[in-house]
Amino acid sequence: MSGESNRLTDGGRIDRTRRLSFRFDNKTMYGYQGDTLASALLANGVRLVGRSFKYHRPRGLMAAGGEEPNGLVRLRQGGRAEPNVRATEIILYDGLVAESQNRWPSLEFDLGALNDRLSPLFPAGFYYKTFMWPASMWPRYEAVIRRMAGLGKAATSADPDRYEKQYAHCDVLVVGAGPSGLAAALAAKRTGARVILADEGAEFGGALLGNGQQIDGRPAIAWVAGIEAELAGAENVRLLPRTVVTGYYDHNALVMLERVADHLLQPGPGQPRQRLWQVRAKQVVLATGALERPLVLANNDRPGVMGAAAVQTYINRYGVRPGRRAVLFTNNDGAYPVALDLARAGVAVAAVVDVRARAPIGWRGDLDRLGIELMADRAVLGVVGRKAVTGVQIGKLNEAGNAVVPGLSRHIDCDLLCLSGGWSPTLHLLSQAGTSLQWDARQGCFLPGKARQAVRVVGAANADFRLQDCLNLGADAGNAAANDAGRRRRGRGPHKPLADVEPALTPPRPIWSIPGTGKGGGKAFVDFQSDVTADDLRLAAREGYRSIEHVKRYTTVGMGTDQGRTANINALGIVAEALDVTVPQVGHTTFRPPFSPVAFGALAGGQTGPLLDPVRRTPMHGWHQDHGAVFEPVGQWLRPYSYPKAGEAMAAAVDRETLAVRTSLGLMDASTLGKIDIRGPDAAEFLNRIYTNGWKGLAVGGCRYGLMLGEDGMIFDDGVTVRLGEDHFHMTTTTGNAAPVLDWLESWLQTEWPELSVYCTSCTEQWAVAALCGPNARRLLAELCPDWDLSAEAFPHMTWQTVAMGEVAAGLEARIFRIGFTGELSFEINVPAGHGPALWAALMAAGEKYAITPFGTEAMHVLRAEVGFIMVGQETDGTTTPDDLGLGRMVSRKKEFLGKRSLFRRDTMRQGRPQLVGLLTDDPGHRVPEGAQLIAGADPAPPQRGLGHVTSSYHSPNLGRTFALALLQGGRARQGETIHIAYDGRAVPATVTGPRFLDPGARAK
Amino acid sequence: MLLLSCPWCGDRSEQEFACGGEAHIVRPLAPEDLDDRAWGDYVFMRRNEKGLHFERWRHVHGCGRWFNVARNTVTHEILAIYQVGDDRPELPE
Amino acid sequence: MTSLRHQPLAHLALAARREPPVADAGVTLRALPYRPSIILRGESGDAGFVAAFRAGMGFELPLDPNRISSHDGVTALWLGPSEWLILGAMGPAGQGRLATALTGHHHAIINNGDGQQIIALSGPRARDVLGKLCPLDLESPDLAPGHCARSILARCSILLHPQPDGAYHIHVGRSFADYAWRLLADAGLTYGVAVASGD
Repeated sequence: MSGESNRLTDGGRIDRTRRLSFRFDNKTMYGYQGDTLASALLANGVRLVGRSFKYHRPRGLMAAGGEEPNGLVRLRQGGRAEPNVRATEIILYDGLVAESQNRWPSLEFDLGALNDRLSPLFPAGFYYKTFMWPASMWPRYEAVIRRMAGLGKAATSADPDRYEKQYAHCDVLVVGAGPSGLAAALAAKRTGARVILADEGAEFGGALLGNGQQIDGRPAIAWVAGIEAELAGAENVRLLPRTVVTGYYDHNALVMLERVADHLLQPGPGQPRQRLWQVRAKQVVLATGALERPLVLANNDRPGVMGAAAVQTYINRYGVRPGRRAVLFTNNDGAYPVALDLARAGVAVAAVVDVRARAPIGWRGDLDRLGIELMADRAVLGVVGRKAVTGVQIGKLNEAGNAVVPGLSRHIDCDLLCLSGGWSPTLHLLSQAGTSLQWDARQGCFLPGKARQAVRVVGAANADFRLQDCLNLGADAGNAAANDAGRRRRGRGPHKPLADVEPALTPPRPIWSIPGTGKGGGKAFVDFQSDVTADDLRLAAREGYRSIEHVKRYTTVGMGTDQGRTANINALGIVAEALDVTVPQVGHTTFRPPFSPVAFGALAGGQTGPLLDPVRRTPMHGWHQDHGAVFEPVGQWLRPYSYPKAGEAMAAAVDRETLAVRTSLGLMDASTLGKIDIRGPDAAEFLNRIYTNGWKGLAVGGCRYGLMLGEDGMIFDDGVTVRLGEDHFHMTTTTGNAAPVLDWLESWLQTEWPELSVYCTSCTEQWAVAALCGPNARRLLAELCPDWDLSAEAFPHMTWQTVAMGEVAAGLEARIFRIGFTGELSFEINVPAGHGPALWAALMAAGEKYAITPFGTEAMHVLRAEVGFIMVGQETDGTTTPDDLGLGRMVSRKKEFLGKRSLFRRDTMRQGRPQLVGLLTDDPGHRVPEGAQLIAGADPAPPQRGLGHVTSSYHSPNLGRTFALALLQGGRARQGETIHIAYDGRAVPATVTGPRFLDPGARAK
Repeated sequence: MLLLSCPWCGDRSEQEFACGGEAHIVRPLAPEDLDDRAWGDYVFMRRNEKGLHFERWRHVHGCGRWFNVARNTVTHEILAIYQVGDDRPELPE
Repeated sequence: MTSLRHQPLAHLALAARREPPVADAGVTLRALPYRPSIILRGESGDAGFVAAFRAGMGFELPLDPNRISSHDGVTALWLGPSEWLILGAMGPAGQGRLATALTGHHHAIINNGDGQQIIALSGPRARDVLGKLCPLDLESPDLAPGHCARSILARCSILLHPQPDGAYHIHVGRSFADYAWRLLADAGLTYGVAVASGD
């Protein structure tokens, strides 16, 4: 290697005034602005870029675009390192660092290459056949296989870069900016349609960038520049280079990945590395081009075997000569212009080998002029050379193409073999969009079937390979798409440029594999990335695999990061031949998103870390934070779990808070409870149908606890609802169920009971709620409301009042509910949310003399469980009826309500249903985990019949011991019995009790 | 990602909606007159069609209204959108 | 009593930041101060209700989806066929006037001002930044000034109210204000974010 030994002195779209330095496998090399890493490596004479997946065979670059199967590298370093990036898609920048993968200790000398020598041991399905017995050993086998077979290593430190997502809407999305795509985008743009044009390359032009065609009498690339300028200047057009459309979903929703800063040393300030676009397009035009297939022949994976079109691109676009002496092997016309371009670039072209009996006439004159030998009706049978091509073996095939005619073999020296096995339209996105693909036996490729979504396919993607057709049909499609999106250009139809005259096309000769010269001829690869050979596929067929989906999974063909872009069609052809059926009978595998790999960072976008999910804050959140609260998420809310003091253990803090409520005074932020304003003349009737208990008798000024069931009779939610007026209620729901309950109410009102005049409106956010609980609650509140009679007689339990608070409480007006969840004397004080912090501060200040103690959710749980109050989602799990929890008295016999009939089904009335009980472990210090199973005996060894499970489990300072609530089969009849709580291989004995452990008695009144 | 046309708000992305399952399930007027099987059919049994499916959607992050959608569950083609209470439209299977 | 009213984004101390204005900031974020507002429920198809509103408030309630109407500092935004946000001058006196006018018609008035935060997003890249988080077609004529739309901002519900100057007023529930602000501030980094305080 001596510098850029393979760089042409002129030509190409690189800027020779801007030299860039980069490192590959710790060697410093140079390239130019406009290079890809692949073109720069080739320019520097690097032929070996990686080792193959399974056999660790030496591999070189084969392609120039996204279909490259071999040239996968690890790009960048540290947290920015990204494995498995195709060198052909890496835009070169100054300071780029990349290394090869899947080799140890080095690329040139790789121990894993032993796998190749041992390859008879690695047939298709090898892993399944060899490593499945005994099953217990699989984890160990897998670890070894993982190390030997595999791709690159992911970064281990955090990625420092930003990623973002962007929604977009357009009339016409054009995918691909080759000649058809540009013509389509231009025609659509001229109708005034909103157009997005996306192309995965850094430059627009597609195939025109790599071939020397002419449009309107000048180089096509000048035409491209003119179109691009017109599009760039239009307000209704968004141009997205370096943007690959990765997914085509329902209703014309497409996902695109824009590589915003991947072509830079690092992103600029605020700049994202990548941007994931979520596009909704009224119409889509797919101009995704076609991929050239390799030909399957012995040792076709040696470095120096390349696609013919790729070679043409390297010469014309990058000014790189991928070899010194070339042989081209083709089954179609595609290789001919490449031969001419190679010769013009100074590469010796030893021969064009055409497997067709009749080679095309149109190219003969040019070949003769350049002295290139044309060998028609011949085939390259195999490649000679190990780490690089040194020559090819040429022979003649029989008419069926399945055997070599003996005696006509010939060797030609070369260092470059260009293969053109025909063209496969790139229809991955169309297939994702739900369109079936139709096999065209004459061209040997799939064509678009009838589209299910608003999409058109143009250009090579539609197997239109002539430039003039691409320009015409592209313009028509762009115009028609815009029309269908409601945009129309007055007067003229779309402008159609003229391509120069192209030779008539001679039909290709589909041939899926070139028969070898016999045993030991070398592996003929179909899928280079997954290391799948033609013999592997035939073996699968012999072993009875018929469906291509099964062949794929068994052989792993098409399962690499390239999703078999160059492999799938050849594989189908080979399997069809082996099974002696047609290609459509074999079918094709389903194309699934993404078309191209997408980094998780891009999928996550900006919504990571603290922005992953909403964190809802109550109005008093700041106070909690300032006073040492430890928060716990409850749904999307953050609620104080406890307020440990400096040096205080969490359990001690919870005990302190729990005791304070029972002995003096506690204060809890209850703002997170769901709140729904229910109003209308039929409001009481509506509640009567929703809740299990009756509501018509509730007086204005009263509060009532209600239980809501699903139609299956299972508890859905509970809470206190208060009657604000004759036709006006304020419902509270559990914190997590606020939205589901409103959905539930609306669904009945809107769909089943439109005759009821009721409005349900969420007012959760409007109110801050402070729950003041404990024997001193009334005393403190009286001080804050000196003009108000708060006595039990004037303000009894389960009523509410609007109270004008006194000066100490800043004159706030509050709705106070005399309800509580702790069993102690409680007031739930509701004020407009903005007043919450002032109310809280006033209560804390005035409550100091009662040692008022803010308490969190854990103390609240202990307090409610001590008095046997259930918690929806803890004591209930969607299979729990009111009677299961001992709440049968809440169920009205007199009226109909949602779920009532289900309470009288055989299953809900059967004996032995789990019922709520209390559990006291024999060891009063033992706190069992929630969710632990209940069993009868003291031996925990399986198998066991489960009798139920622990639903809540706490330590209570008031009881001086632990206690638990549980759902136990037939539990109410088992009080006093001993059962066992099984977890971690132990069986903890406990006594069954009633679910109420403590009665505050008169002090709660 | 479906594009649903809310009868009030027009075309909106699926993210703004919640699907409420099969439509045209009418709550029995006298549940207590039904045997366990008939009631169980109403509560639990759903058609789960492959192909034409009538279903309810609510524009939760929008106008809040429930409406009905006729959707092909294979192709996701939306064949009709109509108001709650309207009859099921005549559509080819 | 207004001074007691705690702003949902007070903890961010936005006014105190006094950051030097970002000269070429792509977007400017501003937390608007408390404004009294209510949710009004009633039937679009109830001519008596609609007429009573007109009589009481002096302007027409918008009956077409996602439209707004304004009069004398009061704006009515369509939220649904039986739901409107009435913004401004909806303190006790304004509410009393409306309630009196609607007496006898099925309706509901729900206080809303404390439960909301309005974040104003302005600047030349406002649409691009909003487009990162909100799936609405922001270029649609249905979102021209004079319209409004409920939708989502990443994972929270919003009411979007486009302004004549190209800015967006984004209404979020009070508890989501911190999340929404951080989302917008993060999304804006691409183009530079300035923070303004006050109206």
